[in-house]
Amino acid sequence: MSNLFHQTVLTALISGGVIAGVPLLLTALGETISERAGVLNLGLEGMMLLGAYLGFIGAYYGHSSWLGFLLGAIGGMIACSLMIVLCVWLGLDQIVVGIAITLAGGGITSVLQGAQFGTTYPRLGATATVDIPVLHNIPVIGPGLFEQHLLVYLSLIFVGVLTWIFHRTNIGLNLLAAGEKPEALDAAGVSVIATRSWAVLATGALAGIGGAFLSIVGAGIFTPFMTQGQGYMAIVICMLGRGKPVWVALASLLFGISLSITTALQLAGINISTDVINMLPFIAIMVALIIFGRRSYLPPALALPYVRGAR
Amino acid sequence: MSTVPGTELISEVETPSHAGRAGAAAKLADTVIRSLIPVILALLAGAVLLLILGHNPLTFYSEVWENGVQNNGWEESAKRMAPLLLIAVGLIVAFRANIWNLGYNGQFLLGAALISGFAPDLVESLPLWLALTILFFIAAGAGAVWTIVPALLKAYYETNEIITTLMMSFIGVGIAQMLIKGPFQDPSVNIAQTKVLPLDKMLPHIPGTKIHIGVLVAVIAAFVLYYVITRTAFGLKIDVLGANPRAARHVGIQVRKLIITSFFISGALIGAAAAADILGVWGYIRANWNPAYGDTVIPFVFLARLNPLAAIPFIAFFAVLSTGGDLATQSVGLPTDFLLVLVALILLFMTVIEFIGRRRDLGQSYLTEGLKQALRLPWGGKKDADEAAETEGAAR
Repeated sequence: MSNLFHQTVLTALISGGVIAGVPLLLTALGETISERAGVLNLGLEGMMLLGAYLGFIGAYYGHSSWLGFLLGAIGGMIACSLMIVLCVWLGLDQIVVGIAITLAGGGITSVLQGAQFGTTYPRLGATATVDIPVLHNIPVIGPGLFEQHLLVYLSLIFVGVLTWIFHRTNIGLNLLAAGEKPEALDAAGVSVIATRSWAVLATGALAGIGGAFLSIVGAGIFTPFMTQGQGYMAIVICMLGRGKPVWVALASLLFGISLSITTALQLAGINISTDVINMLPFIAIMVALIIFGRRSYLPPALALPYVRGAR
Repeated sequence: MSTVPGTELISEVETPSHAGRAGAAAKLADTVIRSLIPVILALLAGAVLLLILGHNPLTFYSEVWENGVQNNGWEESAKRMAPLLLIAVGLIVAFRANIWNLGYNGQFLLGAALISGFAPDLVESLPLWLALTILFFIAAGAGAVWTIVPALLKAYYETNEIITTLMMSFIGVGIAQMLIKGPFQDPSVNIAQTKVLPLDKMLPHIPGTKIHIGVLVAVIAAFVLYYVITRTAFGLKIDVLGANPRAARHVGIQVRKLIITSFFISGALIGAAAAADILGVWGYIRANWNPAYGDTVIPFVFLARLNPLAAIPFIAFFAVLSTGGDLATQSVGLPTDFLLVLVALILLFMTVIEFIGRRRDLGQSYLTEGLKQALRLPWGGKKDADEAAETEGAAR
């Protein structure tokens, strides 16, 4: 009996960790792309919120989670187009613009939600899951890993695709050069500005989809400021992952588990204050930073605007 | 608003790169324009947004004015100034020293939770002036202590403080909630909040007004800090550190000690902001209360060119906007987060105006070289830092 109980808790932990981890994963992968190209994106929080809001709107009125993800991606791209114009094209300060996007994203989604629904928070129904044959019957990890929304599998596939892009394609090489030595990329005849613009656009789309996943699949509801610092967590995950998509995925799952541990502990009958639980991921990050922080690597041209001919 | 005196002060501390009286006057005009235009543009863009949402912007802004200035609204605004200004000067110390202290929310709430818990007993058992002074120091101490980990990590391992202060901030907010719901919970009520201070045990008012003396503390802090920054060795050192960490090391400044000290002062001022707000206005703290004053202060700190005195008129302006805006948003049925949008717009327009200004090669940047540099090598060791400083030097 206690064994069964134990199993339920573990299943809930893994399943919750995956669901909470996917927004982190997508957003952190986005940040990995943009940091590789030399753009530090502190506006992730705002992009996620915009994605979460528009994604919710799409899923609510369009009755399709995919329409939601599409709108979420568009929302993230709208927010990051500001960053592209101001930081990549005009070379303005990436931190200040990032903070502004975070503030604006939080403010505008809260205002829009208020203008649209007042103080009511409509819910979405549960989203359809895709069961992977055979594998989903594995006890404990089966339901957690192989009975999820299709986007979960797509995100995991994307981890592999991104690794491939980074290491085996010209695009990956260009991104790397844009962050490591933009002059060299320019000399090779590839536009640094264009490379970075596309990288940031991809970041916005991924952060937007991440936010949309959070509101559509994770919570089934949009509440103002629902990301609660997950954009910043994604930045840390990206730093700890040292630009390697697989590490980013593992770190996201770990932080996803620490985000979702409340539900699992409640199932186990352990009642710990939610405040402690909410702090756990951040404490974990501080510990990780203290232990590994010194060894993480960032591109030399990160957060430096590229001006042709300047030295 | 009363921006003119502030901008005079800005021009005073700005390096006189353009010689001559005519140059100085033009520079003053330029500074005024570059400080005011972002605010005006943001208010205009906010008006467009209000129109889109189906509200009359004129009604909205006039309500801001009515509630923030007229009918004793100015007294409410002055009270709102106290925490905002203390946070602003706290951020100025850090930003000048090349440190992005973005952990203000945690530092503020920890201080607020601690003194809300201790105040009810302390004011009963000690003379009021002594109790209030001690409470100010407790809050300041809490804010300062919460910067220790990021400060040490930055000083010794050059770990990016943007990330560490943000993470510590989330932890600090969590601990504050636990304190409020746990040991400091008022047993006589069902809501998670601390005991309410009796009105006569709070910060006394300035005679003839309803403004508590916390506002004076904040203004004095701004003046003291202005003096420290412009007239003392410490001020010079943090400016050197802010301008070029490598140069700071070369002239024999103990960079580690300076980083830790600046972090401490910054945290202490932000903690003191909590004391001014709790002891002056609220008298208690409720769980999940997080005014996030720091988020909204940042643009004004930059608009004031990191000058504590110039920050006063800007913060006064924002105090009116936020006091009046709280009521105005309620009356038109918008969330108060609309103000966040305005603040973000100010920040964005500020960077754009900055860009145009830089294009014309006028005035100085909003950010010190060091702050910009800090970004480029968040994790790098000293060697990288030196190399980057060199590149920077060569670029000039």
